Amino acid sequence: MPHDLAEVSAATTAALVRCGDLSAAATVEAALLRIESHNPVLNAFTDVTAERARHRALAIDAARARGDALGPLAGVPFGVKNLFDVQGLSTRAGSKINRDHPAATRDQPLIERLEAAGAVLVGTLNMGEYAYDFTGENIHDGPSRNPHDTSRMTGGSSGGSGGAVAGRLVPLALGSDTNGSIRVPSSLCGIFGLKSTYGRLTRARSFPFVASLDHLGPFARTASDLALAYDVMQGPDTDDPVCTERPAEPVSGELHRSADGLRIALATGYFRTGQFPEAQAAMARVATALGVDREIELPEAARARAAAYLISATEGAALHLDRLRGRPDDFDPAVRDRLIAGAMVPSALVVKAHKFRRWYRDRVRELFRDVDIILAPATPCTAPSLGQQFFELDGRRLPVRANLGLYTQPISFIGLPVVAVPIPLSRLPIGVQIIAAPWREDLALRVAYALEQAGVAVAPKPNLGAVDERHAESVGS
Amino acid sequence: MPKDDLDELIDAVAAALALPLDPAWLPAIKANLETTLKMAQTVEEFPLSDEAEPACVFRA
Repeated sequence: MPHDLAEVSAATTAALVRCGDLSAAATVEAALLRIESHNPVLNAFTDVTAERARHRALAIDAARARGDALGPLAGVPFGVKNLFDVQGLSTRAGSKINRDHPAATRDQPLIERLEAAGAVLVGTLNMGEYAYDFTGENIHDGPSRNPHDTSRMTGGSSGGSGGAVAGRLVPLALGSDTNGSIRVPSSLCGIFGLKSTYGRLTRARSFPFVASLDHLGPFARTASDLALAYDVMQGPDTDDPVCTERPAEPVSGELHRSADGLRIALATGYFRTGQFPEAQAAMARVATALGVDREIELPEAARARAAAYLISATEGAALHLDRLRGRPDDFDPAVRDRLIAGAMVPSALVVKAHKFRRWYRDRVRELFRDVDIILAPATPCTAPSLGQQFFELDGRRLPVRANLGLYTQPISFIGLPVVAVPIPLSRLPIGVQIIAAPWREDLALRVAYALEQAGVAVAPKPNLGAVDERHAESVGS
Repeated sequence: MPKDDLDELIDAVAAALALPLDPAWLPAIKANLETTLKMAQTVEEFPLSDEAEPACVFRA
């Protein structure tokens, strides 16, 4: 039976490889061909680790030939945002400066865990410089481009991760989310993304941005694939000082339990302001599918966003002080000027933001006594055009770059787990955030899966035209 | 344009931290700082008790 490997999910790919209907070598070659074909336009990958991937695929096929059991992600190609350490590459983190760093000597642990489950790294992915970005544009590497309309943004800062998965280059990618950098590109590219609870997934050997807000996590085109990757990446890691000591809590076996019985509410107040019609339409579809009309207000969400902004600006500045002193001309000027401004903020204000953070966390935790899931838009609008500087929110002209994360910042600020699900509107997709209480990724993923089963949350196939048709693989078994 | 308090702050902090300041960067740095300080003001004016603990992550 032929398989269109561009469309096959990670779970199905692994099942085919495990049963011998497909070789890992074939899945990897197909992915490398898709990257070669589409990446000149999408600009998602910044490094392709073809030799490593081929070597790894052959080892998987050899293991199967010996009768060894293969992992749940056997032969699944994946990419990682270029702030993850990859052995043999400098971890550029979207910058020019970091290219001068020595090559990493060991992979980031989430790469090791995915590869231990049989997945195959095929390269690293474009991102906004030093992750201080919501657009997916990069002055050094060029912008990652949205597969649904290549004149538009992917969203950022994990823009290449969004473009690579939505553009069918790979079924799985990893990114980071400090203020929304997984959920914003998931929304604009129309795919599933998971920002788990702060501390759930190890961040060791990744280039930081704001240590007290940084998360790593997966992107996929199905809720099941997201859960599958999440399950194998969990677990303690003493190399990340905030990584939880909780044992892994696998969720893949829980997805079928549906959303029935869960208490779900729509975020109102702050989260109702600034929405474009497409965000309203996406929220309405999700609410109708889940039969939700209950509303809930997160107290002081606007202030939470302001505090996240403040902490990001100042912690980011502290991280980059030496580079700002020594190589200011090698930054993206927009990033440099924001970082220098962050260095000017009096520290008393930052401490106040951290005090407010605990207050806000406690109030929002109280809400989860009465609800299990809160729904909110992921972005105010579908993908803006590349280079677009401003948009209008509720009649106010505001910068796109700082405001695409309007709805994501107050959630990651207190580390809540979120699944961004894609709602395929008529022209461009947009995401909705499925937000749960700390450590309840299982509930958010159950709701995401239920919406997918209902045909409401779907990662739409982009029309990449002649290039897509020419390279749509059909590999016979 | 005459210098205002924010310009003075930028000059002073840049000197204290040995940060380079190209005059061409100043309008963008100032605009960013103004935005950040507006954000900070909304946080600063929120009443919290003296006993409110910050949420910095540290485990001894």
